[in-house]
Amino acid sequence: MSRSDEPVLSMEDVEVHFEESEGFLGGMFSEPDLVRAVDGVDLEIGTNEVVALIGESGCGKTTLGKAAIGLQEPTAGSVKYRGQDIWEARRNEEKADIPYGEIRRSLQIIHQDPGSSLNPNERVISILAKPMKIWEDDLSAEDRKARIHGMLERVGMSPASDYAQRYPHQLSGGETQRVALVRALLMNPDVILADEPISALDVSLRVDMMELLLDLQDQFDTSFLFISHNLSNARYLAEKTGGTIGIMYLGEIVEKGSADEVLNDPQHPYTKALRWATPNIHPDSADNGELPVRDIDIPDPIDPPSGCRFHTRCPEAREVCQEETPGLEPVTAESDRLSACFRPREDHEYWSSQPITDEERTSDSASNRGATVD
Amino acid sequence: MSRTVQAERSDADTVIEVRDTSVTFDMDRGKSRVLDSVNLDVRRGEILGVIGESGAGKSMFASALIDAVVDPGVLNGDITYYPADEEPVDVLELDDEGVRQLRWRDISFVFQGALSSWNPTMTFEAHFKETIRAHDVSMEEGMKRGRELLRELYLDPDRVLDSYPHELSGGMKQRMLIALSLVLDPEVLVLDEPTAALDLLMQRSIITLLGDLQEEYDLTMVFVTHDLELLADLADRLAVMYAFEFVEVGTPRELILDSKHPYTRSLINSTPNLDTPIDKMHTIPGESPDPVETLQGCSYHPRCQLADDLCETSDPPLEDVGEGHRAACHYWEDVDEEIPLSIEGGAEP
Repeated sequence: MSRSDEPVLSMEDVEVHFEESEGFLGGMFSEPDLVRAVDGVDLEIGTNEVVALIGESGCGKTTLGKAAIGLQEPTAGSVKYRGQDIWEARRNEEKADIPYGEIRRSLQIIHQDPGSSLNPNERVISILAKPMKIWEDDLSAEDRKARIHGMLERVGMSPASDYAQRYPHQLSGGETQRVALVRALLMNPDVILADEPISALDVSLRVDMMELLLDLQDQFDTSFLFISHNLSNARYLAEKTGGTIGIMYLGEIVEKGSADEVLNDPQHPYTKALRWATPNIHPDSADNGELPVRDIDIPDPIDPPSGCRFHTRCPEAREVCQEETPGLEPVTAESDRLSACFRPREDHEYWSSQPITDEERTSDSASNRGATVD
Repeated sequence: MSRTVQAERSDADTVIEVRDTSVTFDMDRGKSRVLDSVNLDVRRGEILGVIGESGAGKSMFASALIDAVVDPGVLNGDITYYPADEEPVDVLELDDEGVRQLRWRDISFVFQGALSSWNPTMTFEAHFKETIRAHDVSMEEGMKRGRELLRELYLDPDRVLDSYPHELSGGMKQRMLIALSLVLDPEVLVLDEPTAALDLLMQRSIITLLGDLQEEYDLTMVFVTHDLELLADLADRLAVMYAFEFVEVGTPRELILDSKHPYTRSLINSTPNLDTPIDKMHTIPGESPDPVETLQGCSYHPRCQLADDLCETSDPPLEDVGEGHRAACHYWEDVDEEIPLSIEGGAEP
């Protein structure tokens, strides 16, 4: 079977549940709480594809990303790299079609805070040489140095011989980010998980960094799984590459489609809320007026709301949304555009259901307050 | 310079007047000037957005307004607070007790990193009571107002006041802080990156709620941020800082759709925006200047595509480029042509 037709990564019905004890107040509760960080997610990433996952803190996007590249074992479901189950390969090396080591090398990460992922006591050159010594031990020291210098120049850190000798604290935020990127790319990965790599940079550096990511993605035939809470950045990356945007809420993907579809014609009320929350620099674009959510806090993922998990905040919620869970389904018969909401379905009982009243809203939201979601 | 200053003073009801105000630090390699002789008036009842990238001096400006520049920073200049019905107050001449009274009651603040300023062993109610007690306000009145503010910020007072800081999310704690900062009914609220650590939906919700509070309580707000687009539809005026001084001041329409400073234009063009065509977004090459090395001429000239000999030798003053719209550029009349804006000027949303 040809490798190129199948997705590089495919996740099926992936769940990641954590047990969480209540920290120093743990004595108050006997049973540990179950946090449903990721709950039944399907996701595929193709060759050279950019997939952007968007959601608020605590929605499970980072956990899902880590599960995708084999850094987090799912509690249920499967994660496959070119058809090979990653965790099977790890447990049973002999039987695996693709060795676990090759899978690990092919799936790389750039952290949210790249500064803390670089050893402060090592120079850039030795930080970058370390993984190469493990994965490409046949390379001579000379060749290794040449590769590293070549990559540093490529990401604009010139002269490379100067940057290679620096310590992490001698780099600016953007440079630190670039070193993390070089470290990932030196492994010739198929997929790079980039967790919020842009938001911490100053506004004037963001486009630059995204351009660099796209340049390298193109040159090295790498797929990107990009994670953010910022739709503007996601749009930039996804639109330029014809990529996909997935919207996550409380452990589930609630909408998925092309950048243009998701941003210009959002189907899910949560996507609409995120769209509203994305500031527009045009002073006349003012969308003043009401908040597009009934409550501004995320419910506790330990005890997510019944039915549609967004119903406690959704301005369109009706009684049926409290009982029935909408699946992530095509918006129209032919489209590959997915939404987990009853509203696009014209004949759904949603339309005859009663809107959730204000009294219910108050008690709902009161029970959700005080959640330690961060 | 003084001509423009005079002109501004007379045509608006000023609540805080900042004149020739600087902040310097003595460092081993020389004197570091992190706020460089700035002049700006805060008008009564407005939302003033102060915009700048990391290290531009915007937080120094915010701290200066309440004489809260931390040691070893040295604050110099004139800052005058004009209460609605009382005599003007020379902020930098106040003694410790005077400053203590000024903060919270007159000019309150929510500072960057303030999320960690909650005492982890005290409930939120204890924090509110402590603040109210320290300023001789009736406890009943104060708590009533506090509860009202919490409700307006989508928090259930009965529930959150009994909580400890670790029990609430970042977004909730930030709203608690906003409620606390307003509990003594101040005239001015200074916010330094109050939403920077939060998700966009929470940021935007808080900003919308701040807009509501500002109207309801007749507040003046000074909102400091690096995200220009956050304030585009909220602020009455925007002031852009670059290299420790203001380079452009105007209404959002003037400043965003008709900016006259090359830096403002480049900043707008580099901001990722959902409605801007992708191929029109660009970055600004180069880096901001070092606060220790004093740069001759305009501080933006090393990065500016319009810069020439004049810009290298002469520092342009912040001068009128339209009614109430001011910019510090020798060539402000040429920017329209030389640096086209990435966004359209019309009323198209």
